[in-house]
Amino acid sequence: MHELSIALSIVEMAQEEAERRGQAQVLAVHLRLGMLSGVVKEALLSSYEMACEATPLEGSQLVIEEIPVEVFCPKCQVPRRIHSIQWFCCSKCFTPTANIVRGKELEVVALEIKS
Amino acid sequence: MTTQPRLVEVRKNVLKQNDIVARALRERFREAGVLAVSFVSSPGSGKTAFLERALTLLHPRYRVAALVGDLATENDAARLARSQAPVRQILTGTVCHLEAAMVQNALEGWDLNRLDFLFIENVGNLVCPSSYDLGEDLRFVLLSVTEGEDKPLKYPTIFNSADVAIITKSDLAAAVEFDEAAALRNIQAVRPGMEVFKLSAKTGEGMAECLKFLEVWRTHSRTAAAKVGL
Repeated sequence: MHELSIALSIVEMAQEEAERRGQAQVLAVHLRLGMLSGVVKEALLSSYEMACEATPLEGSQLVIEEIPVEVFCPKCQVPRRIHSIQWFCCSKCFTPTANIVRGKELEVVALEIKS
Repeated sequence: MTTQPRLVEVRKNVLKQNDIVARALRERFREAGVLAVSFVSSPGSGKTAFLERALTLLHPRYRVAALVGDLATENDAARLARSQAPVRQILTGTVCHLEAAMVQNALEGWDLNRLDFLFIENVGNLVCPSSYDLGEDLRFVLLSVTEGEDKPLKYPTIFNSADVAIITKSDLAAAVEFDEAAALRNIQAVRPGMEVFKLSAKTGEGMAECLKFLEVWRTHSRTAAAKVGL
């Protein structure tokens, strides 16, 4: 359960960003979360609520965009989604590959603010 | 004055701080010519037993050291110290994984130039450690025959984050009717091309092959680094 420490980092990041923008009020934090990031969406959402308590971000929302895993198929020579996180292969020709191009993201992409 | 809510772009990696420290560590390991290898698995898969054996076998020929992460107790460090290699325990308290900064702090006072191998045993956990880069050159994931062949399918993220898999406790394989073919199939499904070793730290079976792999990897990667003047 490392989601709480990750939620605390997100809150800290958003707070710093809001301060840089003249003490803006943060209404929402938009996060990109890869399916291979090792972070569970539901756990992160409840941790976020806890992490916001007694901070200027209390009451703000965490908006999570889940990013599916994409691999680069060595045969088709294009990035392709995998069918399942338990089967790393091209979804078209089924060539196995561990060459991941998307799906490990854990990044704050935007803030919804009001000044 | 209150304005309308607006969306501003940020684009910041949440684990940036950890990644910065991990990158610095990786650079230090390379400069010092030490191969850093981390070990992840569920609790009780045999990380400490493997390291105990590995340290004992490597110690006469190489300069080896180990860091051991645990929530509590220094038992593992005491076990590993019997090999005569330098060992330090990292107590994480309530934290369920190692982070790069913990490794950095634990290395304080150690001269990495005097080491050939540094082993880092993570906290027994197949979930959280997958998110944190520790600056290691190689990450090993351990799976014991008593855990069942479908572990890789249940925890694909950690298997995917590792470079090498070790099937441990091979001396018990027959007793628990371990289906090796299924285990290998499952490992390859979540991490195609992954190198796999099967061994028993208890009997020593298969240890030599795995250690040979580490020796070759170290020679290859460190010689290549030396050639480009690093």
